[in-house]
Amino acid sequence: MIALIDYKAGNLTSVRKAFSALGAELFTPVRPDELASADAIVVPGVGHFAATKTLGPAWIDAILEQVGKGRPLLGICLGMQWLFEGSEESPELPGLGLLSGRCYRLHADESTKIPHVGWNSLDVKREDSIVDEVANGAQVYFTHSYVAPVTADSVAITTHGQPFASIVQRGHVSGVQFHPEKSGDVGLQVLRNFLVMVL
Amino acid sequence: MLSKRIIACLDVRDGQVVKGINFEGLRTAGDPAELARRYNSEGVDELVILDITATLERRRALADTIRAVARELFIPLAVGGGIRTEADAAAAVEAGADKVSLNTAALSNPSLITTLAERYGSQAVLVAIDAKWEGDRAAVYVRSGSTPGDRDAVDWAREAEDRGAGEILLTSIDRDGTKVGFDCRLTAAVSQAVSIPVIASGGAGTLDHFVDVFTAGRADAALAASIFHYAETSVHSLKQHLRQHAIPVRL
Repeated sequence: MIALIDYKAGNLTSVRKAFSALGAELFTPVRPDELASADAIVVPGVGHFAATKTLGPAWIDAILEQVGKGRPLLGICLGMQWLFEGSEESPELPGLGLLSGRCYRLHADESTKIPHVGWNSLDVKREDSIVDEVANGAQVYFTHSYVAPVTADSVAITTHGQPFASIVQRGHVSGVQFHPEKSGDVGLQVLRNFLVMVL
Repeated sequence: MLSKRIIACLDVRDGQVVKGINFEGLRTAGDPAELARRYNSEGVDELVILDITATLERRRALADTIRAVARELFIPLAVGGGIRTEADAAAAVEAGADKVSLNTAALSNPSLITTLAERYGSQAVLVAIDAKWEGDRAAVYVRSGSTPGDRDAVDWAREAEDRGAGEILLTSIDRDGTKVGFDCRLTAAVSQAVSIPVIASGGAGTLDHFVDVFTAGRADAALAASIFHYAETSVHSLKQHLRQHAIPVRL
């Protein structure tokens, strides 16, 4: 069973539906200690970084404990940003700190609208398991204003005015800035790649 | 590079797509789920279900339609028409809509934009603006286009953004159904006034009309219904045409 963390940052219907279509069983833990029975953890979310405040120290400790035991973790959109040390969107809130770097706002200019909404391409930089069968240049659906920095953990980079990390992976911790549940076949393939890590 | 989006609109009444349907190979003409699958396989970037039902059973029928369309669809789905309250929006979202489109309700109760943006995030809130030129001013009209509002389309788009709208769906009443091309002047005026994406609607008749609205019209996305329903052109051939004109698309 995969734990889908519901911290009220957006609607989880689509994420649930996509995992179900791939045959994965999900549950939504109500208390942090329920994570002990999870084979893997998914942190979805859209919206403001402040929403992660709901995931206080008890959740952070429980998630880090499971990750420490080797359980795969996938962050989606805001959930991916939360894997980093923090975000300038809510400077006072720490992230999980599993990946180094801080998230920041994209810069708008004449030809670059913020938020970044729509289909954009993945520039695949590393052949990690999370991008198995994902073609370089494949397009996926984004909707966000803040981004994670390009670091050694960046598996794919996307550019909207400036380059940012669109897929990250370090061992069994991975994250995607786009919405795999809304990105057609490419998105489903990324979720399938995550499920392979769970087995 | 961010692609320009092609959005197909399904006008649905009592669970059936109205406006002309002329696809070969569809088992049930007018079945929204089947049409959605067809568009998805052709590479459409997003779907809008516009509910034009006017019965008391509307809400339940709409939820069933959304569920049927969303079941196997893994691209963004927006739902509009008849969403007047937070409860209407919640029903659409729970049925599988990723975005709700507010039109009349946003004008009469602008705080609904903020309420929904706080509950679901701005990315889930589309504000639909129907506009018509009155001299040099683009005036906002309420649905059916019969009652002129006292609002200016550009001002209203700015206010909608400030209140938390994530995108603007801009329909030209002058061009709707005419097939003489999108209103690029109107689209550019609104697109330059806001930083959120603007979806142009109304007037699509040829492939070059889409080229025009993405260049002169500065649109971020373009929406059409009958040009696709009648199979006058497929989404795929439209996107190939756009790519030949150096417009970034997802192919």
